[in-house]
This record gives sequence, structure tokens and C-alpha cells, in this order.
Amino acid sequence: MKITLFVLQIVVLIIIAPLVSGIIRKIKNNFRMRQGPGIFQPYFNIIKLFGKEEIVSEHTSWIFSFTPYIVLASLLTALMLVPGIFPGISLNHVGDFFALIFLLSLGRFFLALSGLDAGSSFGGMGSSREMFISALTEPAFFVAVFALCLGTGTTDLNVLSTEFSFNLSHLVAGAALFMVTIVETSRIPIDNQETHLELTMVHEAMILEYSGRSLALIELAAQIKQIIFFSLLSIVIFPVFQLTDFSMSSILVYSGIFISKILLISFVVAVIEVTVAKMRLFRVPDFTTFAFVLSGTALVLVVLGL
Amino acid sequence: MDIPHSWVQFDPLSLLFIALILIVSLPSLIYSIGYMRGRYNAATLRYGWVLSIGFILSMLLVVVSSNILLFLVAWELMSLISFFLVIFDFEKEKSVKAGIIYIVMTHIGTAFLILGFVYSYHICGSMDISSIKAVLTTAPATLKNTLFILFIIGFLTKAGAVPMHLWLPYAHPQAPSHISSIMSGIMIKMGIYGILRFVIIMLGQGPAWWGYTIIIFAIVSCLVGVIYALMEHDLKRLLAYHSVENIGIILLGIGVSMIFLNQGSGVVSVLALSAAIYHLINHAVFKSLLFLGAGSIQRATGLLNIEKLGGLIKKMPVTAVCFLIGALGISAVPPLNGFVSEWLTFQSFFIAAISSSGTNKIFFGLCTGALALTSGLAAACFVKAFGISFLAMPRSQKAAEAKEVSATMTGPMLFLSFLVVVLGLGFAPVLKYLVKISGNVLSIDVSQMTFGLTNFSLSFTPSNGSHISVPLLLAFLICVGALTYFAVIILAGKRKISFGRTWDCGYYNLGPKTEYSATGFSKPFRIAFSFFLQPYIKTKKTMDSVYHLHTQQYELFTTPVIKNYLYGNLLKAILFFAKRFRRLQAGSIHLYIAYIFIAIVGLIVFMSHF
Repeated sequence: MKITLFVLQIVVLIIIAPLVSGIIRKIKNNFRMRQGPGIFQPYFNIIKLFGKEEIVSEHTSWIFSFTPYIVLASLLTALMLVPGIFPGISLNHVGDFFALIFLLSLGRFFLALSGLDAGSSFGGMGSSREMFISALTEPAFFVAVFALCLGTGTTDLNVLSTEFSFNLSHLVAGAALFMVTIVETSRIPIDNQETHLELTMVHEAMILEYSGRSLALIELAAQIKQIIFFSLLSIVIFPVFQLTDFSMSSILVYSGIFISKILLISFVVAVIEVTVAKMRLFRVPDFTTFAFVLSGTALVLVVLGL
Repeated sequence: MDIPHSWVQFDPLSLLFIALILIVSLPSLIYSIGYMRGRYNAATLRYGWVLSIGFILSMLLVVVSSNILLFLVAWELMSLISFFLVIFDFEKEKSVKAGIIYIVMTHIGTAFLILGFVYSYHICGSMDISSIKAVLTTAPATLKNTLFILFIIGFLTKAGAVPMHLWLPYAHPQAPSHISSIMSGIMIKMGIYGILRFVIIMLGQGPAWWGYTIIIFAIVSCLVGVIYALMEHDLKRLLAYHSVENIGIILLGIGVSMIFLNQGSGVVSVLALSAAIYHLINHAVFKSLLFLGAGSIQRATGLLNIEKLGGLIKKMPVTAVCFLIGALGISAVPPLNGFVSEWLTFQSFFIAAISSSGTNKIFFGLCTGALALTSGLAAACFVKAFGISFLAMPRSQKAAEAKEVSATMTGPMLFLSFLVVVLGLGFAPVLKYLVKISGNVLSIDVSQMTFGLTNFSLSFTPSNGSHISVPLLLAFLICVGALTYFAVIILAGKRKISFGRTWDCGYYNLGPKTEYSATGFSKPFRIAFSFFLQPYIKTKKTMDSVYHLHTQQYELFTTPVIKNYLYGNLLKAILFFAKRFRRLQAGSIHLYIAYIFIAIVGLIVFMSHF
């Protein structure tokens, strides 16, 4: 039964990953008094890109062609470690929370290399900024995870998701994790997914040389990364009791709870995106420092037992 | 002085280091056949071989000696032979300068060691390490503390921890690449060996501040090493700074282990030390691999400045793959070996935090943050190192004409790359063995400890249920990747592809000069860490006339803060006192005879009283 639930969870998460992007975009458009495309537009984009011919720079090497698959494989493996919909159901024997963070670095490493591969200045700039921002975010990410896991006594994600412990330190660490999420999903105020202006883009600059099928894979990977982070947030900020019976009704209830949590997070993210201005690159250290201070505060709260 | 019954010993720690020395040295020696060929004449080559083998033998002697006198002789031999290897190209001014810095620094370290050894001989009346250990167990705390301070200054100088790292970025780049590989891969680990042998084994359990001191050294080394590495564009200097960083990561584990040895918490202590030794092995493997890779680039292009490289992945495919594996390993990217040992270090911090209370929890949490920052910056640095030197278009004529190096050079690199992968996948068996070694070093019985080690995965039971299984991780990555690949082909058909130029906004003259440079890549880091790096710009204008600018040079530098402020002021103070003392030297022979007379009288008085 657990295996069925696990497979179900993975399949559902992969399928709704583009939908979440569509929903966020729709909410943003509504805030801006615009009609905008429907929430299923990301699916159409991906399908369209799959059918297109690829144009690849002749300066590139095998790294450029391999990267989309490596990125997608690393993120799908990471997805298997996250007990998103059903608490306590994930591949915890393969890796724990720390291993999950390291897995994200595999995709990032290759993506940054592929940005440099074509020899264009845009790609190099994107890679440089991506590595800069991610390196500065890493301390906040690790310390927030550290503080969260101190309460449970293990870095196992399954244990973290099944333990219904809602306290102040969880909330503060969750806030830090939320800031990390904004950075990692390349959202305003750190990055802007919607622009192709060289001054503002980070992730989009890095993947500028990709087209057709490779671009579709990379976009899908970015959406999967987003659902990973949203699932982590939903575990941390809105914990639910452990799934005990495997009846159809409880599965539906859990899926419903999960969907509403994701919708809520998407709403908050969309609101932040329309109300906040994009930061200068050199203000990003302030943002990540603040996230680090928050996670440090969570650590102090854990020690105080709050 | 009693004659020691045995001068050498082969305990698990020595055996581990012997194995490590051989694993790193032999590929490097094989590599040197191709690397040195045609660059030097026969006599110089023979001289090089004698020195290299002498160097390896001296290191072997260091790790087997159980007597402080023999240890010191071997240690000095190692330092001297490596000095001659650093100045191998002695006609170059840079090599000689690097050699001088190296020999001065290494002797400052040795001086502290000699002080420590003389002191311990004075106390214990024996030169045998085990008998000194037996006497020291009942020694007063101040004595042990003095010895601890002398030993860590001595050994950390060899290990290259900040602020004693000064020699490392000079000496490593100047030596021939296979020697840099041995020096960085294994010689600097002799400092760590010294700490394990003389601090943890010989001095035994000490106060908690010993561990904290080591951790402070470790964190400073990690961050300073990696930030300097990010600014560096000379490939071998960049790698040398990464050695400083990795020594820091190793010291982190040792520090945690010492703190918990003091508190009597065996499991944490053993785990942290195993993490440290694991990282030590890993660093030995991937750092020598990377130095050999840098050597191949130097051999093929004659360049080490990555700003002038580029596009080598097509000219030197084997070297590129090996270097990439090394870079992934050192950046702690799963499922390779660096990931495993860093994960283990994080995990030992975590377990340390669980088993301690109050502010210690916060301390270990902040250590985690420091290590996380280090690992993120290291990944950025290796994206730069690999991306700029191997990808895109060649930035110079020499890089464009590069050819793959010979089989004697690629073979050792392939062997070391294989080890990088194996040490990642064979996580559990390696750790099982290392736990035994750490138990032996810490004299803790490990047979009762349950780490939940199977052949494929690791879990800490019962206190901690964190699991990891690197082979499964790799299997998933490969399966998912392959599945995606075939799913895409089945669903969307064959890949349609056409090749074109890199997008150039329609200007049609995209060339090597418009590529992103290493300086540009590291600019955000330079600005974010400008409080420490203190970058400054030098411009030089040549004017044809007042109206016409002929050339303008623009160079960017960063201030070596530690060298300037710490060592600069030290040097100034020494010179100040030296000037004062010069008055004694008047040039009059009578005065000198008087000095000798006073010295003899003073000595006689001293000897008769003490």
C-alpha cells in the first residue's frame, strides 16, 4: 500500500508542478487587473517546446546536451525524498534532509556549467549570479533545516513530516525556509522569471541558449524544484497528523489538505511578487543574511524550548 | 636516555597513512614520466626521481616512527626534500622566492615542534611515544596545555591552516605538478597526522577548549581559503587555496571529536573523527587528481592562467572528464566522495548538537552555517575553474592548439577519478573501517556501537535514524535520467537539432573576447566580501600627446589582508629590534672576545645552579 501511495504521490506532484506555476501567474495577473493566459498555459508551453526544433550553438560541448537530463534526474530524485502529500511516505532510506540539499546542488552545478558552455556573456553572467546567490543562501538553508530537525532528533524527512509539532521555532525556521524558497524558485525580489532584461535576470540568463526540447525539460525541472520547495514548506509550516489508515477517503482528504496548502503558499508567493520590487544584485546578501538570522533565531528558540 | 625497544610501529593509523601515501604517490610518479619528458635533460630528470622517491620515503618514515627523535629527523627530511622540489626550477626567480617562504614557514613550525618534544622529553625522560603518553596521563593540566599549544602551532603550519597558510599558495604552484599533487594530496596531511598522533593519541583527553580552538582555526581556514580561491585565476594557486579550505573541513571533524572526547561521549567522538578522516582520504584523492589535471593543462598549453584557457573539453576530452569528476568531488556534489564526507561532517555536527545542551547547540548550528557557506562557495569556485578553462571558445592561441596528453599522464588521472567514484559509492564499507581506526586513535571501544551500517546504507541507531545510501542514490539518478530520456523519445519523437552560432544579438562578431571571464565571474563575490578582500585597481595610461591616449592598462588586485597586517607587522617588529641589536656588532675583535668570555662565565654559572 505504501508503495502505491508513494507512486501516486510522485505522479501527482509531477503532474501538478506546471499547474502551480500557472496558478501563480494567474493570481498575479488578476492582481494587476489583467486577463492573462489560463492556468494550464505552462502545459501548453511545454508541449509546444517538445515539438520544436532545437538550435544549439556550435561552441557547446556534451555538457550542454547532457545538462537538461542531469538537472531533471537530480530534481526527480530529490522529489522522491520529499513526503509531500502523504506524511511519512518517501524514500527516506536513500537520503535525508541534508542529502536533499546536496542533490539540488548537482543540478545547479551542471546548469551553471551549461550557462558558460556556449561562450555567451549572458550565460556566464547568469551562472556567476546563480552560484553567488545560491552560495549565500546555503547557510540559511542548512541552519533552518538544522533547527527544524533538532526538535525531532533526526534529519529524516519522514519523521519530520509525521511529527505534529507546531511551535514558535518551527514557525521562524519556516519563515527562513520561505525566504530560501523565494531564492531557489527564482522569484521577485531576488530574480524575475518573467523578464529577459539582462540587468534583472539570473536563472533565465543561464538557460538563454536552450531551445526546443532541452528548454522544455529545464522548465519542467524548474517547476518540479518549485513543487519540492512548496512541499517542504507545507510540511514545516502546516504540519498534519500522520496518515494511519489507507482508505480511499483518507487519501482524498490528505490530497485535499495538500492542495489547499499549496494554493495558500502560491497565493502568498504571488502577492509578494506583485507588491515587492526586484532587488539589486548587491542587496541580495542583505536578504540572505536576514534569512540566516531568522534561522539562527529558530535555533535559539529550539534551545529555549519554544 | 634509555634505548627504545622499537623505533617504528605499525598501528592502524600508520597503516592508513602508508596506504594513502602510496595511493597518491604512485599515480603521481607514473604521471611524472609523461609530464617531465622533454622538459628537462637526463641529469635533471634523474635528480628529480631521486628527490621524489626520497620525499615519499621520508613521509613513510614520518608515519611509522614511534620515537620522537626519529620522527623529528624524518619530519625534517620531508621538509628539506620538499624544499628542493619546490625550487626544482631554480633558475626562475619566483620558484626561489616560493622556496624561501616555504622553508622559513616550515622551520617556524618545526621550531615549535622541537620545543614541544624537548619539553616532553624533559618531563618524561623518554623518547618513545607510548612511554611519554603513559607519563603524561598523570601530568598536570598546565603542562599538557603548553604542549598542546606548541603542537598545534607546529602541525597546523605544515597543514596550512590560516594564518599559517602563507607558504601554501606560493609553494604548490611552483613545484612540478606531480610534486604539487603529492604535496597537497598527502604532505600537508602530515600536519593532521601529527595532530592525531601527538595531540589526540599522546596527550589524550584534554579540556574542552582544545576542541573549540581547533574548530575556530578550522572555520577561519575554511572561509579564508575558499574566498581567496574564488579570487584566484592561476589554476594551481586556486587549488592550493582549496587545500587550505579542505584542511579546515578536516579540522572541523577533529575539533568536534576532541570536544566530545572530553565529555566522554564516545559515539559522537568516533563519528566526528571518522568524518574527518574520511574527508582527509577524499581530499587526498581528488586534490591530487585536480593537480594532475592542472599539470596536463600546463603541459598541453603552457598556461595556468584560466583567463587564457577555454574550449579544452574538445581538445582534451579525457583530461576534461577527469577534472570534472575531481571538481564535482571537491564541490561535494552527490554521489561522489566529497558529498559523502561533508554529509558525514554535517551529520556529526547535528548529533553533536543533539547530545549537548544550551549554547553548544547554537554553536554547532552556526558551525553548520559556516560549513554550508564554504561548500556553496567551493561549488561556485569550481564552476568557474572548470567552466572558464574547459568550456566555450579558446581564449588564446595556445589553448586553441592544445592536444590531449599522453597515456602515462591520463592513466593516473583515470585511476584517481575511479577512486573518487568508488569512495563515494563504497561509503558504508569505508566508514566501517574508519570507525575502527578512530576507535583505535581515541582508545574507545567501538564494538558496542551500532551505526546501522550495512553494505549499502548508513543509519545512526537508536538515537538518530538518518539514513543515506549512495549506491541507491546513484541508481535512482541513472534510472530516472534514462527513463526521462526514453520517455521523451517515445512521447515526442526523435530530437530535431540544428547547429548555429551562439546568440550574439545580431552583431556577428562574437569571439573569445566577449566571453564571460573568470574575473567577471568572481566579481559578485569580490564585492560581497570586499570588507575582507579590499580590492583595488591600478590603471596606467600612456599618452601620445595631451590629446591622444595611446594605451591604458587596467589591473585589479585584492589585498592579502593576513599577509600584510599580521605578517607585515611581525616583520616590521623583528626588523625594528634587529636594528637596535646591531649596535652590539661594532666590528672590534676585542669586544667580540669579551662577549664570548661573558657568555662562558654565564653558562658556567647557569650550569652549576640548575
